[in-house]
Order: sequence, then structure tokens, then C-alpha cells
Amino acid sequence: MKNKNSIEVRQSILQKEWFWGYTFLLPAIIGFLIFTLIPVSMSLYYSLTEYDGITKPIFVGLDNYKSLFKDKEFLMTLKNTFIFTIWTVPVGAFLSLICAQLLNSKIRGKKLYRSIIFIPNIVSYVAVAMVWQWLYNEDYGLINTLLGNLGLYQPPWLTSAKWAMPSVIIMTIWKNLGYNMIIFLAGLQGIPNSYYEAADIDGANSFQKFFRITIPLLRNTTLFVLVTSMIGAFQTFDQIYLLTAGGPNRATQVVVYLIYMNAFQYFKQGYASAMSCILFAIIFAATLLQFRLNRDNNS
Amino acid sequence: MVKKVKKSYNNSKTINKVLIHILLILISLAMLMPFFFMISTSLKSTDEVFAIPYKWIPEKVMWENYVYMWENAPWIKYFANTAIITVAVILGQVFVSSMAAYSFSRLEFKGRDAMFFIYLGTMMIPFQVVMIPTFSIIKDLGWVNELKSVIIPAFFSPFATFLLRQFFLEIPKELEEAAKIDGCGYFRIYWEIMMKNSKPALTTIVIFTFMWTWNDFIRPLIFLNNSETWTLALGLAKFQGTYTTQWNQMMAGSLITMIPVLVIFVLGQQYFIQGIVMSGIKG
Repeated sequence: MKNKNSIEVRQSILQKEWFWGYTFLLPAIIGFLIFTLIPVSMSLYYSLTEYDGITKPIFVGLDNYKSLFKDKEFLMTLKNTFIFTIWTVPVGAFLSLICAQLLNSKIRGKKLYRSIIFIPNIVSYVAVAMVWQWLYNEDYGLINTLLGNLGLYQPPWLTSAKWAMPSVIIMTIWKNLGYNMIIFLAGLQGIPNSYYEAADIDGANSFQKFFRITIPLLRNTTLFVLVTSMIGAFQTFDQIYLLTAGGPNRATQVVVYLIYMNAFQYFKQGYASAMSCILFAIIFAATLLQFRLNRDNNS
Repeated sequence: MVKKVKKSYNNSKTINKVLIHILLILISLAMLMPFFFMISTSLKSTDEVFAIPYKWIPEKVMWENYVYMWENAPWIKYFANTAIITVAVILGQVFVSSMAAYSFSRLEFKGRDAMFFIYLGTMMIPFQVVMIPTFSIIKDLGWVNELKSVIIPAFFSPFATFLLRQFFLEIPKELEEAAKIDGCGYFRIYWEIMMKNSKPALTTIVIFTFMWTWNDFIRPLIFLNNSETWTLALGLAKFQGTYTTQWNQMMAGSLITMIPVLVIFVLGQQYFIQGIVMSGIKG
């Protein structure tokens, strides 16, 4: 009898919790529907239409995708995005790891160094793009002044199709260095000191310790950093818009910039949506890759 | 023998430390150089900006640049718009995420965990992928050129929800049981027990959202086309587009817009760093 009662009480609690559970979730559910589920479905639909953003979309099937893969500009933009990613991600991660490793020693002023390296990450691209444009100035910029003083070659940086992409890459690495450094630092602090002490006893030098202990034990952190930076690199927009506007001669045009231009400047929203869907497929694949690698690592 | 080994070991340790300091100082200089350059240029006269050889420190400090810059654009308006957007996004995000997190962590109902994972999964849909339909929706709602177009969509943050859910799971169940016995309803438990015991997680979210919203560029660029509604980042970009040769004024403008984020960073650094670390653990 007593047992039956308690089951009934429990059921009535569960019924009540069902109601309250959804009540508390309601704002998030509404937001999910309006700002995620509907936009994602609309993106897919628009990608199959010809749409100028004003008149009714006209269904054209897979035409947009067919044209995209023949569109030299889009293919070049994809290539630019890959080049940008291939440079900023591994080089950025490697430099972040070095900074984290330097900061993970018992030295004074650690927090100050950490804050300084982190500062570029917290300010907006708008605020720093301007100064980089000036630093990169061919005739008056500080970088070329210094290179000139050293008697080295002074590249035309932002004004040349050859040097514009390296300019954007250098600035991006500078800006993101601190972020990944913090993640690496947390990873490094998770490695037990006893491993290094044991290596000391065996007479290992710093390089051996770095490559034999640190690198293997940081595998998960490194994967996380690489995949999230990759996803971030594919979404790059601000610094391109502000520093080069995709130029010169479209040498720094990346996918999101091309989507923006097509959607909001040329009003080819159907075509731009097809690009968005391809971008989403790439990011989705990168995320799945991360889950896969993580699972393989943990098992 | 042992002593000698130890001494040489200590010596090499000191050398190591000096080397580490030298490297870190060089890196720090490289990181700070653009900021130094910004400050120095912002205080130069137009002639001196283009002077060759390059002058590190301006001969005559031109504070006037800041006055001209200030008079050349409605900065107070931009500041006010940015502040309204940032505060509103923070409040909305904290409420929506914490309510969802309470439901996901403490209330039992069918389909809860599946819904949580779907919500969490939406984290991998970046704005850039859905910006075109989002613009259509904003247009249909009649929000274009209004501050709410950048405020309301930002309320829904799977990351903040995830962070708070993890935090709520750590709060002892006994506190909740005791409150229930005292006759507290769900809203009071949510507010008195969950929210009041989650200050570190809430601070992290506030600081993260502050930085992110204050610096956001692409959303204001797309949704706010009327200069009355421009944010600081957007206003600064447009200012840079107008006064293209006034490098000193542009640098002054950039520096002014940076001050709020720098202050928040100095005050809440530990929370910010904690937030980044937690985002790393999530992966």
C-alpha cells in the first residue's frame, strides 16, 4: 500500500516536472526554431532557387551547385580559403604551443606575459586592422622601415597579389596566438610533474622532454586546437573585409567574403546560399572528424 | 660529486630561465608593437606621420588629434548603441541559457537529453552559414536597422547553456530538497538555489559575451544600415573609410574604442581564461 502511494507521488512529480521542464526550456526552444532550424532549412531551399532577396525565389533545382563547380571565381576563392587555413592553423598552433611551453616554467611575471600575449585577441579586428594596414604600408610602414634598415627585401605587402595573403595570415596568427596558448597551457598543466622528474633522472634534455613527453601527452588538446582553428579559419571574414576587401585582384577573397558580396552587394542570394551550404558541409565534416579522432583517442 | 652535479644543474637552470625570459620579452614586444605604433601615430602631426626616417616618439604631442577625431563622428551615439546592445544581449543570454540549463540539469522529463544534445549540436552551425535566411527573417519581422536585430538572435547560446548546465549539475541536490520541503516552487529554486550559487559561471558568461558582442562586426554590418544605429566597431570601420589619409585620427579612434574591452579584460581576466579552458574541455 505504502509502495503504491509513493509510486503515485513520484508519477505526479514527474507529470509536474514535464510541465516545468518545458516551461523553462520554452525561450530556448523558440529561439532554436526561429534562429537555427528555420534558417538552416531556408538556406537549403534558397540554394535551390534563383533569389534576389526581394522578389519570390524561383526554383531551379541543382543549377546553382552546377554553376558553382564551374565558376572559376568560386574555385579560386575556395583555394584561397584553403591556403589561408593551411598556413594560419598549423603555424598558429605551433607558435601558441611554444608560448604555452615557455609560460609553463617556474618563472617570474608569468601572468604579465600571458596577459600581454593575450591582448590582441580581445580587441576587435576593426581596431587593429587599421594599424596593420599602416604597418604594412609599402613606403612609410614600420615593417618595411625595419627591413630596410637591415638591408633586406621590402615586400609590397597589401598592394601585391603575391604578398597580400601572407600579410593577412601574419596578422591573423598575431591576433589568435593568445587564445590557443591558453588552451595549450591548460593542457600542459594537466601533465603530471612526475613524468618530467623521471625524465630528469634519466638525463633527458629539454628537447627530448618536449618531443617525448609533452607532444604525445598533448594529443587531445592539439587535436581540439587544430579542428576548432580550422573551423574558425573557414569562417574568416572581418580581417579580409577590413584589411584587403578581398583584393588585390581577388587574391585574398575567402568563402565568407564571397558569400557576403553575392548576398548583400550583388543580390544573388540563391547562389550565395549554395555557397553557404558547401561551407556548412566543410565545417560539418571537420566537426565529425574531431568527434571521430577524440573517440579513437579515448578508447 | 653530488654537490658539483647539483651546482651545474642549478646553473643550467638559471641559464634556462634567462633564456625563457629573453624569448618571452621578444614575443611580448612583437605582440605589443602594433599598439605602441597606434599610440605613437595617434599623437603625431600629419607631417610627422609620413616622416622618413621613422620617428618612434612624436616630437610634439598632438592631443588635438583626439579632439578632431571626436568631433568628426557621433562617437557618443556609437558608444550608447554598443552599450545598449551589449547589456541587452548579456541579460537575455543569461536568462534564456540559465533557464534552459536548469531544465536540462535538474528537471526530469522525456526527451530531455536528446533535446540537450540537439541544442548543443547547433553550436557547429556558424552564423556565416545561415546569415542569408537570418537576414530574411529579420526583414520579415521588421527589425532591420533596429538594435533588436542584433540583440534578440544573440540570446540563444548553446555554449552558455552548456557551461551553466555543467555548473548546475555540481550544485548539491540537498540544497534543492531542503528548499522543496520549505515549499519553494520551481522558479524560486531556479533563482535562489541555482542562480545564486553559480556566480563564477555567470561571471564567465558575462565577460565572454561582453567581449564578443562589443567587438562583433559582421552582424551589425548586415543588419544595421542606418548610421543612427551603428555600433562602435561599425562606426569605426565607416570612419576609417571616410578619413582614409588621417592616420593619426584613425588610430586615436581605434584606441578609444578599445578602452572598455581592455578594462573588462583586466578586471575579469581569470574568468575569461577559465571560460576558454572550459571550451577546450568541452571538445
